[in-house]
Amino acid sequence: MIETVVIPLLKIAVLLNAILVSVTFMTLLERKVIAWAQSRLGPMRVGPYGVLQAIADPIKLILKEDITPARCDRMMFTLAPILSLVPALVVFSVVPFGGDALFYITDINVGLLFVISVTSIGVYGIILAGWASNSKYPLLAGLRASAQLISYEIAVTMTLVSVILTAGTLSMVGIVESQQEAGLWYGFVQPVAFVLVLIGGLAETNRAPFDMPEAEQELTGGFHTEYSGMRFALFFLAEYANMIVISAVVTVLFWGGWLRPFPSVDALVFLDFIPGWTWFFAKMFVFLYLFIWIRATLPRYRYDQLMRIGWKVLIPIAIVNIVVTGIVKVVL
Amino acid sequence: MEITPAHYTVLSAALFSIGVIGVLVRRNIIIIFMAIELMLNAVNINLVAHARQLENLVGQVFVVFVIAVAAAEAAVGLGIILALFRNKETVNIDEMNVMRW
Amino acid sequence: MAEAIAFYTLSVLILGLGVAVITTPKTVHSVVFLVLNFLCVAVLYVVLQAEFLAVIQILVYAGGIVVLYLFVVMLVNLKHAPEEHEDPRRLGRLALALSGAMLLEVVGIVVYSSRHEPFARVTGSTEVSPVQGNVEELGWLLYTDYLIPFEVASVLLLVAMVGAIVLARRES
Repeated sequence: MIETVVIPLLKIAVLLNAILVSVTFMTLLERKVIAWAQSRLGPMRVGPYGVLQAIADPIKLILKEDITPARCDRMMFTLAPILSLVPALVVFSVVPFGGDALFYITDINVGLLFVISVTSIGVYGIILAGWASNSKYPLLAGLRASAQLISYEIAVTMTLVSVILTAGTLSMVGIVESQQEAGLWYGFVQPVAFVLVLIGGLAETNRAPFDMPEAEQELTGGFHTEYSGMRFALFFLAEYANMIVISAVVTVLFWGGWLRPFPSVDALVFLDFIPGWTWFFAKMFVFLYLFIWIRATLPRYRYDQLMRIGWKVLIPIAIVNIVVTGIVKVVL
Repeated sequence: MEITPAHYTVLSAALFSIGVIGVLVRRNIIIIFMAIELMLNAVNINLVAHARQLENLVGQVFVVFVIAVAAAEAAVGLGIILALFRNKETVNIDEMNVMRW
Repeated sequence: MAEAIAFYTLSVLILGLGVAVITTPKTVHSVVFLVLNFLCVAVLYVVLQAEFLAVIQILVYAGGIVVLYLFVVMLVNLKHAPEEHEDPRRLGRLALALSGAMLLEVVGIVVYSSRHEPFARVTGSTEVSPVQGNVEELGWLLYTDYLIPFEVASVLLLVAMVGAIVLARRES
């Protein structure tokens, strides 16, 4: 009873707190990194070096007036941000932060498919937000954003099939353990898949350069135009939570999860004193920084260019990757 | 109290009849299509319950194919609805009677 | 015992949401209830030890097909509800009564047969597959015994995709 109910509940409480605090501080991290990339300093007033800005922002958003459009669909208007945030948080229940059973909530034998399927529920938040706002700009932006999401979902799912072929298992812990057996991170074995999942992950979370549906200059703010205060904050939190999810999943699949670099090279055994979860967070942080760096650097894609990349470039490369992986697996 | 496959069959029959009622009573063609999806789900529940009881995975293979066919049918059906809507500006199934006597 | 709690909770949810799907006046609400219904059915599949089918249900049904329905509902957004004027030839009450009778018949058959011939455990109808786990066994079956239906299903999906695009395309 204790093991099956109390300990998972404790783990869930700790994990939820950790994620929600980290998405709050990610807002600050993003502003700081983009500022440094643009030769300026970012928020510096609140707290030492602007660190407490992350707490000031949610307080401001909570205290704002909650404006809802006149003839909106009440139930959908309230439901949409929830449907955006909750799937991002649910995915964390299968992400393994370390090798020991203490470090993950559960390890189901279809873990990777669970990740893909739950993130595809997040599309509903965007469509319903666009619909419930009862206004044409959010509706168009919502339809565009959801079309983008489902297109890149296909490319990412096909790419993950080749990773599953390499690993031989669908469970997240199993994939890291097979990397440990192979002695090599799958980022070296499947570089094409790594790049494709990174690009697809950028598009899935509506991050630059694929953020046309939600940028302020486009369609007057996208699908969350009519949202204000805490509801808007929920959409933002959902986006950062999705970013953390994609970073965590890419770390598990391609960068060895909790393994040290080059796990088979015996000369590096002295690095084993660093616990697995430290490696995991370090790698995840590298990907988060990469996401923000890309946002600061690359210009935005136009919508038709975006859809062309998703359908005509990523999907054929993913299919060829599956075929080549299959052939290599059979021949070797 | 042990849950036998009979329980799952009763649940499946109830969901199926809810779908049948939806098809027969509602006039919005999109709701009718959604009721058809409910019926397909009812059949799937029945198949999976018996697959577990007989410890034979053929039931689950059948469910995979039912899901694939349901996806194909939903896509084509919704394409037909869009084409009909473009011509007649209605989704009321009682008004789609051009070919009736 | 745990399965009984899960089964009864899930069946109440599934049937309640099913009734909500067919009775809600607004179509968008119907679609959202349909998504919740499919999610509950996916949880039921997990209770029935079919984890692969549960995630496929979420991925394909709840995350794909119902999104398609939602898109069509938004594209067909009408100012007047389509069910304002009732066609006098409709026999709605009779349909309700007949469906209820059909349900009672099926439930009666199931209860009668389960009482007089209790379900026996039939073991090992297929040969023992070399791997364990739901995904591996299902994959093994799909690629050996049921390969031809698998290929036919993929051709069916291709044909349906082409057909849906042709049907929904604007004449330009």
